[in-house]
Amino acid sequence: MNEFIAFIIAKYNYWAALILMLIGLYGMLSKNNLLKKVIGMSIFQSAIILFYLSTGVKKGATIPIIEHGHGSAEHMVINAAHYANPLPHVLMLTAIVVGVGTLGVALAVIQKIYQTHGTIEEDEILESIER
Amino acid sequence: MKTIAFLLTIAVGILLLMASLDLPNWGSPESPASKHLSTHYIEKSIEETSVPNLVTSVLADYRGYDTMFETVVIFCAGITVLIVLRFTHGEKDKSTKPRPSRQDGDIILQTAARLLVPVMQLFALYVIAHGHHSPGGGFQGGVILGASFILLAISYDLKAVFKRFKKNSVLVLCSTGVLIYVGIGFTCLLLGRNFLAYAAWARFLGITEVEAHSRGMLGVEIGVAITVMAIMFSLYADIASGGDLDEGL
Repeated sequence: MNEFIAFIIAKYNYWAALILMLIGLYGMLSKNNLLKKVIGMSIFQSAIILFYLSTGVKKGATIPIIEHGHGSAEHMVINAAHYANPLPHVLMLTAIVVGVGTLGVALAVIQKIYQTHGTIEEDEILESIER
Repeated sequence: MKTIAFLLTIAVGILLLMASLDLPNWGSPESPASKHLSTHYIEKSIEETSVPNLVTSVLADYRGYDTMFETVVIFCAGITVLIVLRFTHGEKDKSTKPRPSRQDGDIILQTAARLLVPVMQLFALYVIAHGHHSPGGGFQGGVILGASFILLAISYDLKAVFKRFKKNSVLVLCSTGVLIYVGIGFTCLLLGRNFLAYAAWARFLGITEVEAHSRGMLGVEIGVAITVMAIMFSLYADIASGGDLDEGL
């Protein structure tokens, strides 16, 4: 029992991201309102970003900015285990920017759908198309 | 439909849970993400680029080509919203609810916005310029700059912001940012090195190659910030007014 609890605590960051992912996925699949689907997509994106960021953590490490980096820093000895991994942060910056772009285009398309069909509920839009 | 969605979600969750059992523990130093290339970036970033902020140096120098296309992505998103909302207007409008009428501005909101906006813009310029030594950079500063205009648009009126920031300038600015980025890369090509190899500027400006990396990164970040600012505001203006750009929220 003890090692099961230790096992859960050792990887709880993945499980937190997983729960957020499932909430976003359920929102995208089951909600009828288009805006709620877009919010589900946004939650899903945030969960993926948090998942990737959590893989870059090192125990006892500081932020990925070299301390005392001004001036003549050519003769410093930099220990890689002292600084957190910068690569997930960089990749997730791109992901956040792409997420903002996607959200903007999705909201614009929803506005256009509202102007064309008069509703943003999925079943009413389907009826309006079949008519 | 909802039960099927729920069962599907649970099934995906169980699958991902079983996959996550193989992933390394949180914060483990043996994690494969933190070996190989990442140690090279951490140890060699200062002697190759003289920029202490590792995230900025990887984003703007080691992976600068990637960031250029990211700027192009956000530019395309802004243009798409423009096309969808502005240029397909005028067809029959079936929206059932009328747009809410704009009330007169609240004096507390307007005074607070008037005090905040210059400070926000100054802080945004600081975030862009100091991105080499503290957390920050082009994207972050550009978003804060765009948010300052959105704050003005929310507290005053969209027309008031368009008196200060003309509709055409938004389009010109977002293309200028991408032009600066690609232009810096192209001039490196003209000066004899590869695309986006900032060391080509060293002989031209009379500085060491390592410092040329740092200056090139600053120029590139400025381009990114200009594009992000213009697109943030353009996204808000188009979506909030439904393409009309006359009445905001």
